[in-house]
Amino acid sequence: MTAPRFTQLTSRAVVLLDADVDTDQIIPARYLKGIDKAGLADALFADWRARPGFPIGTPASAGAQILLAGDNFACGSSREHAPWALVAGGFRAVVSTSFADIFRGNALKNGLVPVVVPAAVHAALATALAADPALELTIDLEAQELRAAGVATTPFVVDGFARRCLLDGVDELGFLLHHLPDIEAYERGR
Amino acid sequence: MTTSDAPRTLFAKVWDAHVVAARGSIDAPTILYVDLHLVHEVTSPQAFAGLAARGLRVRRPDRTVATMDHSTPTRGGLALADDQARAQLRQLERNCAEHGVTLHALGSAGHGIVHVIGPEQGLTQPGMTIVCGDSHTSTHGAFGALAFGIGTSEVEHVLASQCLLQRRPRTLRVTFTGLPPPGVTAKDLILAMIARIGVGGATGHVIEYAGEAIRALDMEGRMTVCNMSIEAGARAGMIAPDDTTFAYLAGRAHAPRGEAWDRAVQTWRALPSDDGAVFDRELAIDATALEPMITWGTNPGHGVGISQQVPDPARVSDAALRAQLDGALRYTRVEPGQSLLGVPVDVVFVGSCTNSRLGDLRAAASILRGRHVADRVRMLVVPGSAAIKAAAEAEGLDQVFRDAGAEWREPGCSMCIAMNGDQLSPGQLAVSTSNRNFEGRQGPGGRTLLASPLTAAASAVTGRVTDPRTLMAETPNAPARTA
Repeated sequence: MTAPRFTQLTSRAVVLLDADVDTDQIIPARYLKGIDKAGLADALFADWRARPGFPIGTPASAGAQILLAGDNFACGSSREHAPWALVAGGFRAVVSTSFADIFRGNALKNGLVPVVVPAAVHAALATALAADPALELTIDLEAQELRAAGVATTPFVVDGFARRCLLDGVDELGFLLHHLPDIEAYERGR
Repeated sequence: MTTSDAPRTLFAKVWDAHVVAARGSIDAPTILYVDLHLVHEVTSPQAFAGLAARGLRVRRPDRTVATMDHSTPTRGGLALADDQARAQLRQLERNCAEHGVTLHALGSAGHGIVHVIGPEQGLTQPGMTIVCGDSHTSTHGAFGALAFGIGTSEVEHVLASQCLLQRRPRTLRVTFTGLPPPGVTAKDLILAMIARIGVGGATGHVIEYAGEAIRALDMEGRMTVCNMSIEAGARAGMIAPDDTTFAYLAGRAHAPRGEAWDRAVQTWRALPSDDGAVFDRELAIDATALEPMITWGTNPGHGVGISQQVPDPARVSDAALRAQLDGALRYTRVEPGQSLLGVPVDVVFVGSCTNSRLGDLRAAASILRGRHVADRVRMLVVPGSAAIKAAAEAEGLDQVFRDAGAEWREPGCSMCIAMNGDQLSPGQLAVSTSNRNFEGRQGPGGRTLLASPLTAAASAVTGRVTDPRTLMAETPNAPARTA
């Protein structure tokens, strides 16, 4: 099976600094009634798009593949529709000071890289992007570095296995199935 | 870490027992075996489709159980579901039939909310690993199981392999010392904890709840506590199994019987954390100092004691926090620095995987008996399962609710997630026994105050946010400490 790949990305970024953005905002529950992953781009932040100045889904945000998000991004439900909708909306990485656990795992399985940076770097990025919305950030998964003109190069850490899977396009379920003999042995040994 | 006599936590014992020994996978996460996989209509269709695309079957249908809950109508049956929801429910029927998975379909005796029927049928047992494509899977930790929510990709992984790739989380023990005063319930304990540590306060951790207040809870109360672990960001919540646990499980449909039961109980008695077991973090909360809790904002950490004042952003120095509090209060239209007592209520919802069990319904009924829901208030009571509905009706609770002017519905998630047509209108304010007060959670533009069944029922009666103790004082048979 094909698995998402990610090595390096250079893109403009959209800034959404609200803390504790929950998955009900990323994709409201009424969009969870499908049986496939189609049509989720329009559902992304569907209820927040009417807010004056909301940065996602605007002409200015078109083409931006990085989201600079607030602390504890994507808390709440386990819905994988959240990363599906972000990917459908063109995003390939989210930079924040922290992520909710389930979202972090879900994102990595969909080629959406959660990049955790220290609060000071986060603030510097927000300031730099406010001054120059066209500023491009580079997310380098091989080197595990975030780079941007005028901002110190920042190391980040992605789970080693998830990183390997993304760099090499490894399918996680394929990896698990490769271990079926171990799983069968475990079951026999109980 | 599994060696010798080193004291271990409850979590460590369950985790260690489910690690599949795997060779030659340097830097790979643990392959963790899953004892019970619960499935519902919303987070499973893409997983079954993924399975089909690989030509795979469900590996252990005997360890997989499905129900319909999120988008099911709470009256009128499947015919009243909207087209999209009906298609999703039909898809679950097809998937379960094709793979030989037991499905508790709408209208069947075993039907109900996934986190209600698992324990009710004795599927949930101490020491198990339990997963579901649903963040409130933490509920099952009340039995001393390691239970957590997963995404749809992981649902596919478990369907195909009965395993998950997992990193070992850290541990946090939350000890509730002393007993809470009358009127302070399990819901208030957990809302108080989340208010204390915040919605990201337990990220990366499995919580073990301990202390006198937890030991004194019945299983339903323990489920309420563990249910909302995810609202503090925790991976899971657990409570050591004890005689209360075993008494609940004995005789349930899937619980062991006879000698197997005796052996199981013996095994389960070894699960509680050993004396001297070390947790990565510890937190103590004085249960004797708590009062009924209520939320004022847009996440479950925005809670206060019901007589307390909500925050005033003007007094908060941190700019980001001030902005968040300001935004939350603007959304809920709650006055900064004021008490919520007396705020007019439009809707009261008693239900959800947090508070839809028999004890919750009894608590709400104890307030409503002989009283009436205020004129302009709509109250929905939605039992968590068909079995709870039947049990409630057998003791006449449905009549108490109907006589009080509340709507008595069929089981389902209903207005907790508002996918089935049960929802708030824009601007309406609800006191709800559910678990999330996120913006729009109960309907676009709807405003949610989370509280216990006692507080919800009291607020329904007066039509305003009400401290339930003011009505319990007039109720001779009020439960001291339930739900």
